[in-house]
Amino acid sequence: MGSTNSTLSKIPNVEELVQETGFTPAHIVRLYDRFEALDKEKTGHLRPQDFGAINRLAINPIGDRIIGAFFSPGQETVDFHSFVRILAHFRPADKKRPKDPSMPEPVNSRTSKLKFAFQLYDQDKDGKISRAELLQVLRSMLEMQVTEEQLESIADRTIQEADLDTDDAISFEEFRKSLEKVNIDHKMSIRFLR
Amino acid sequence: FLTPLYFMEGGSMEQEMGELRRYRTQSISRGEFSLSDSFYFYIKGLESIVDDQVTQRFSSEELVSWNLLTRTNHNFHYISLRLTIIWGLGVIIRYCVLFPLRITLAIIGLTWLVIGTTLVGFLPNHRLKNWLSELVHLMCYRICARGLSATIQYHNKENKPQKGGICVANHTSPIDIVILANDGCYAMVGQSHGGLMGVIQRSMVRSCPHVWFERSEMRDRNAVTSRLRAHVAAKTNLPILIFPEGTCINNTSVMMFKKGSFEIGGTIYPVAIKYDPRFGDAFWNSAKYNMVNYLLRMMTSWAIVVNVWYLPPMTRREGEDAAQFANRVKSAIAHQGGLLDMAWDGSLKRAKVKEEFKEQQQKMYSSMVMGKKGSTHTKRSHYLY
Repeated sequence: MGSTNSTLSKIPNVEELVQETGFTPAHIVRLYDRFEALDKEKTGHLRPQDFGAINRLAINPIGDRIIGAFFSPGQETVDFHSFVRILAHFRPADKKRPKDPSMPEPVNSRTSKLKFAFQLYDQDKDGKISRAELLQVLRSMLEMQVTEEQLESIADRTIQEADLDTDDAISFEEFRKSLEKVNIDHKMSIRFLR
Repeated sequence: FLTPLYFMEGGSMEQEMGELRRYRTQSISRGEFSLSDSFYFYIKGLESIVDDQVTQRFSSEELVSWNLLTRTNHNFHYISLRLTIIWGLGVIIRYCVLFPLRITLAIIGLTWLVIGTTLVGFLPNHRLKNWLSELVHLMCYRICARGLSATIQYHNKENKPQKGGICVANHTSPIDIVILANDGCYAMVGQSHGGLMGVIQRSMVRSCPHVWFERSEMRDRNAVTSRLRAHVAAKTNLPILIFPEGTCINNTSVMMFKKGSFEIGGTIYPVAIKYDPRFGDAFWNSAKYNMVNYLLRMMTSWAIVVNVWYLPPMTRREGEDAAQFANRVKSAIAHQGGLLDMAWDGSLKRAKVKEEFKEQQQKMYSSMVMGKKGSTHTKRSHYLY
């Protein structure tokens, strides 16, 4: 499969990527191999169909939304840099990093991860999870296993619990508060080894 | 050097969701949805984007440290002069010393198999013939095993497959046959080949019954099943050896067993085979290497170290259908060999996935949200991931 160094030289702006994302060069090489494997037609970009070909993603109830997270609105392709940048959000927090308030928040911070999770629900990106949006996610995860009434009552209950300013929607702050006890770093991270 | 790209949580959906919801005061059995439930699916989805576990099953298991075989080192890069020299020495030893010895042994072994079985074939059907046939087979397989420098450890020999039974094992490579046959005699099942393989097959059949199918017969499932049934029914026949996965898996997990083998009836003797990847990678990726290439790689590895566990015999229970029985056996084998029990079909290697799997996940999740107890078949070992 060639040496790591030769693959590294194929990727433009690697140092920039390393700095920005916190991935090691070795990880970036592995991700590049994976990117190339998914990019079956060798266009240098990935389209939603390329993600769709991943079997395990195809059977994931919210697979479509996850794929959507890689594509900015209006964009139909994603290049390697964007691919890596998005995945960087899911790196576990760097424990050794000093908390420097003057530095910009790292991409894989707790808030960052929560924002991603929030966007999963908030598809129209208006900063709030409306009842309809919540229902949509519930429907994907439960499909034909529960009735529409049951779905609605679950949605009602969830909003009731989380909605503090009673606007019948969940804002990011309310979302964050509702999940403050969840170990986000543990549950929303892909533990890349070494 | 080389590690899996990420560490995968081995927990089932219930376990992972349970942890996600631990901060809530209601108990999990009461159900209820939580905003964090989606995290589970989200991360699983991302993990599959980063590295597809299923495709991983079909390429060789990655080692944590290098064993001086470049074939196991997918990201070969230069570390130091000393390591390269050591590796070079390793190559010389393996190719110039070990390989010729092994080839010689293999040739001796196979020749003896053909000659021996043909000679025994001339004898009239008698207990002596069976005994001699077993002797010849065992001898030959033992020589072949030496030819691969195979070190095999058998566990729980009291559960060894008996005559008239069916032996079922997980499949990693064609060598599995040699491994198992070192300790007992089996009736082989398979397609009749031409060429050298065909010669071997035909001579083996002379000394004791094996079941070789023509390619056309293989397609007719009923014909296959009835022939196997007939073989099993004759209680004096050797136990049949079947690999229900249908294809070679890379020995880190056990894929779905095809239920055909479990419809034959009779007693099933499950066997778990686990290769130690440190000395040689026994996995045969038939898409990548052909048989000759594969044997060459086997003979130039350091050694093949195997553990074989004989599991207690199992029979189909009342009200259990073939598929459920197959799963039960598969779990037992996976559990014993320390292999991951995968719900994936081995045919995934070449085909697309079914909608059923998505529905199954939705079912599992819904039983947690709605608080239903005792959902149908969410066995703990049924890992979907």
